[in-house]
Amino acid sequence: MNRHGHFDALARTLHWLMAAAILAMLFIGAGMVVSLAWRPTLLDLHRPLGIAILLLVVVRLVNRLRSPPPPLPADLPAIQKLAAHASHWVLYGLMFAMPLIGWAMLSAGGYPITLGGGVHLPAIAPHSADLYAVLRPAHTVLAYVLFATVLGHLGAALFHAWVRRDGVFSSMARSGKSLR
Amino acid sequence: MSQPLPPNPPPARRSAWPALLGIAAIVAVIAAAFAWVGGWLGGRGLTPQQMTDTIENGKPHPGFRRAHSKGVCVAGNFQPSAQAAQLSRARIFTQPSTPVVGRLSIAGGDPHGADAQARVRSLALLLKTDDGQEWRMAMNSFPFFVVATPQGFQAQNLASRPDPATGKPDPAKMAAFLQQYPEAKKFFAWAKSAPWSNSWANTQFNGVDSFWFTNAQGLRRAVRWSMRPHAPFQDLSTEQRAQSDADFLSEEFATRLAQSPQQWDLVVTLAQDGDAIDDPSQPWPDARPQVVAGTLTVDAMQPQDTGPCRDLNYDPTVLPDGMAPSDDPILAARSAVYSVSFNRREHEIGTGQAPDATGAKGEAK
Repeated sequence: MNRHGHFDALARTLHWLMAAAILAMLFIGAGMVVSLAWRPTLLDLHRPLGIAILLLVVVRLVNRLRSPPPPLPADLPAIQKLAAHASHWVLYGLMFAMPLIGWAMLSAGGYPITLGGGVHLPAIAPHSADLYAVLRPAHTVLAYVLFATVLGHLGAALFHAWVRRDGVFSSMARSGKSLR
Repeated sequence: MSQPLPPNPPPARRSAWPALLGIAAIVAVIAAAFAWVGGWLGGRGLTPQQMTDTIENGKPHPGFRRAHSKGVCVAGNFQPSAQAAQLSRARIFTQPSTPVVGRLSIAGGDPHGADAQARVRSLALLLKTDDGQEWRMAMNSFPFFVVATPQGFQAQNLASRPDPATGKPDPAKMAAFLQQYPEAKKFFAWAKSAPWSNSWANTQFNGVDSFWFTNAQGLRRAVRWSMRPHAPFQDLSTEQRAQSDADFLSEEFATRLAQSPQQWDLVVTLAQDGDAIDDPSQPWPDARPQVVAGTLTVDAMQPQDTGPCRDLNYDPTVLPDGMAPSDDPILAARSAVYSVSFNRREHEIGTGQAPDATGAKGEAK
């Protein structure tokens, strides 16, 4: 059954915590830009949650380099392997890029980067309309790319769980110990 | 199973199709939920994009604010009074002096509109204290907002559009608007009867929306604020209005600044039980206690096309610790619509489509 190893406990905790955070972020972001009533409230959630994701992905990458993920099943078709690897690098890239672009975008727009309770971060980019004009649309476009990638990732995970039943899903869903 | 198996039995595999359909359904439901939240499917009611489109009325001026488009940047400082710290623990009320980047403007979407035709004038301020916190304000010369909700404001903007046949708003549409939003009647009465002043410097600017102030002892109070001018009120007669230069407000203000800095007192009004906290169309009674929380001094002025106020969004929900927005729906909607306006004009500026708004008009491109 346990044909290949499992992600370690920290990796699994970070994965599911960040899955919830990122999905919440995407919905908060999509909703707040078209809401007349909820923008200030949602924005107050969006900024600290984005910074939290940035911190978590740093921990996650370090953990991934220290404790490599289990290999994909040997019989997985090459195209699916390629898709798996590529989509994971896209996910990691965007988990870093989205908070950083959001932070830089607020900096370029001359906004304070407040996290609540009087805590705020310094600007990481100059106050510039030229820069804001690039970063603001980039934040939106990459959010759609991230959402599409998350959906593809979910679909693929369920494909492993329900169609291939090859243990890939359980390697993230459960610890290896409980199956022994 | 005791039945003899056929030769080369296929493995007992379930069809993949139910699972694939299930996966497709899950992905589709999440995608549809996302599309709905993002407003792609409609059904989200009025959006800030729709409100901004209505304000633009198909004729946006690239790079300019979509509303209150014409104005000037101003600079100066704010000095709190001794009483201010009792109202809010915000650093702005204890720091001896805070620099201000502001903007004086007139209402309307025409960046070249005639000053004397604008019933409403406005003052926006950004105050950044030494701890990096910001207080942004966007105040107007009207004493209360025209309607209680963004839906009402959208209805007003639609009703007051000029009829292509007559060039004037359709009276039937305005009547229907007033019937649905009767609170607007007192605003129109104000617009008709309130005297016009002859300067930005002697205009009182009102925050109109309510906010919550929390002081160092944790006492939380609903407040509204105004900037009350030191310069005495001087009437602008109908004849003077008819004769005045299109830019008379900025010309007059420059003349005043050349003589002395201009000042306003920040007057904070405290709500009492029963006052409308979340409805900016309802003024509070005159008898409410007021505290002068400090003095704004404006000592410099710059054109907005090259000044520091151009690339700022005076979002009135940007507040320091010790201040918080009320649940006033107009306040949240202003934040939302200002953001759409800011994103559009900064994109136009950043992509070189706004020479008129950036002082680049006429320069070799």
